[in-house]
Amino acid sequence: MPRLSAKSATLLVLAALVVVSPLFFPSGYYYRVGALIFVNGLAVTGIVILTGYAGQISLGHAGFAGIGGYACALAPVHLGLPPALAAVLGVLISGALAYLVGRPILRLKGYYLAVATLGFGILVSMVLNNERQLTGGPDGIIVPDLGLRGLLKDWGLNISNGEFWYFFCGIALLIGAWIALNLRQSPTGRALRALHGSEIAAQTVGIDVARLKLQAFVISAVYASVAGSLLALQNKFITPDVAGFMHSIEMVTMAVLGGAGSVLGAILGAGVLTLLPQVLTVFAEFEQLVLGLVMMLMMIFLREGLLPSLLRKLRGRDE
Amino acid sequence: MTLLSIEGLGIAFGGIKAVHDVSLKVDPGEIVSIIGPNGAGKTTLFNMISGIYQPDSGCVLLEGEDVTGMAPFRLASRGMSRTFQNLQIFQNMTVLENAIAGFHLQERGAVLADLLHLPSSRRRARAAEAGARALLARVGLERAADREAGSLSYGSLKRLEIARALALRPKVLLLDEPAAGCNAVETEEIDQLIAEVAASGVAILLVEHDMKLVMRISSHVVVLDQGEKIAEGAPAEVSRDPAVIAAYLGSEEAAHADG
Repeated sequence: MPRLSAKSATLLVLAALVVVSPLFFPSGYYYRVGALIFVNGLAVTGIVILTGYAGQISLGHAGFAGIGGYACALAPVHLGLPPALAAVLGVLISGALAYLVGRPILRLKGYYLAVATLGFGILVSMVLNNERQLTGGPDGIIVPDLGLRGLLKDWGLNISNGEFWYFFCGIALLIGAWIALNLRQSPTGRALRALHGSEIAAQTVGIDVARLKLQAFVISAVYASVAGSLLALQNKFITPDVAGFMHSIEMVTMAVLGGAGSVLGAILGAGVLTLLPQVLTVFAEFEQLVLGLVMMLMMIFLREGLLPSLLRKLRGRDE
Repeated sequence: MTLLSIEGLGIAFGGIKAVHDVSLKVDPGEIVSIIGPNGAGKTTLFNMISGIYQPDSGCVLLEGEDVTGMAPFRLASRGMSRTFQNLQIFQNMTVLENAIAGFHLQERGAVLADLLHLPSSRRRARAAEAGARALLARVGLERAADREAGSLSYGSLKRLEIARALALRPKVLLLDEPAAGCNAVETEEIDQLIAEVAASGVAILLVEHDMKLVMRISSHVVVLDQGEKIAEGAPAEVSRDPAVIAAYLGSEEAAHADG
């Protein structure tokens, strides 16, 4: 039997998880949790491209999720666009903004870049909070229905709202993962990983480092934007929290905790950090405390991230 | 025609002249070596030529065109390639991927094709991989292709850097101490490789501490001391030059005084 490539293996594992997990759901509520994990996984896959491949950090990516989310709320009302096209508009705006913002700030390195991206996130969040007339302010705003479930019903496929979003977001995550895995082994992805390894050597082999960083930034912004749109469309409601600082931190934390260099690892990180708060409710008022403790322990003992560390341990046992 | 020509190049760091008024020329097929005691400014000179430092004075001409201070990635597309004294390896990648990275200018293409794994993207990647494997074989690393680059010995990494630099099919190749840390056999191999590359018409500028290697393969030697050119000429001529002997003896005396 030919050996599976890492790409096919990752996609198979993900597809299997999407299809098989519902068999173990104790209630319909878990479709919702699953869909949330997939949306977070999609946003975090974008972080894998920016941080895991290219080695650049962003603490403002929730800003792009906010743009994607609010595009779905506002474009149908003000421009008469169907929600699906509104999401596409969100992608275009996020991509263009990432390009404009990224040009000057991607020259910065390390924590300077972190602070600059943080500023961008805060800016978007402030606009969403303060432009009450347009965005509804901190109370949020209603998002119209995507309408696809109704179409499926007309075609004779009658599934619940929870099931629909679970599978819809699952498919979106699979496509997102496929693209990120394509990129990894492609000439562009190799150049991104090269500049992560040594910018100076990357330059001497002809890699236009500034341009490639910008491409990674734009691509990851598109991921965040789509994730924001999916979140808004399934909740049929959106608040500025989606663009907030905590959401940006959450994305980076999920990626690093799971293993920022690996698509599957980062998605696993998204799964763990989405599920943990649900599981930890047994600790009642100590929930946050235990969550923090678990995260610290994971980073201390699984330094490279959950998946890469575990894989290394498994391999070590084989030898 | 002269391929690489440097005229009056100089740079100062914090008021101290690291390199002052250095000129030299390299023709296709020629191996020009820069020698000198530690701190003579050899690597600084390399960094100015390859666009990493902006020189304060003088200019760098590549095929007659002024490329002074041009970004390294642009110089790469004009046919300049280099290796580093303190290795600059992509530690996060395999040996093969490091070599493929050297083909970046040949394998790059539309990002969208790469994202969607289109046939054009696969074709580019395949061509680069074939080229990289051939180069790894040339420097004797074909069996290490799938290992993580960080796991190689120092001497192997030196050869990997040369392979990566050759992947650009350079017209000018700058080698910064390619034989440092290599044993006698490895040095011999590198020596032969450099001679072959030069014979194929590449202009080579070499910084090297191994005097035997320098004297054996150089067509022309430039001696730097304290940032200034103190002598140049054929290897045999330079090794008899009193100024050169004084510079080297001087540095040896200093070394004794330190110890």
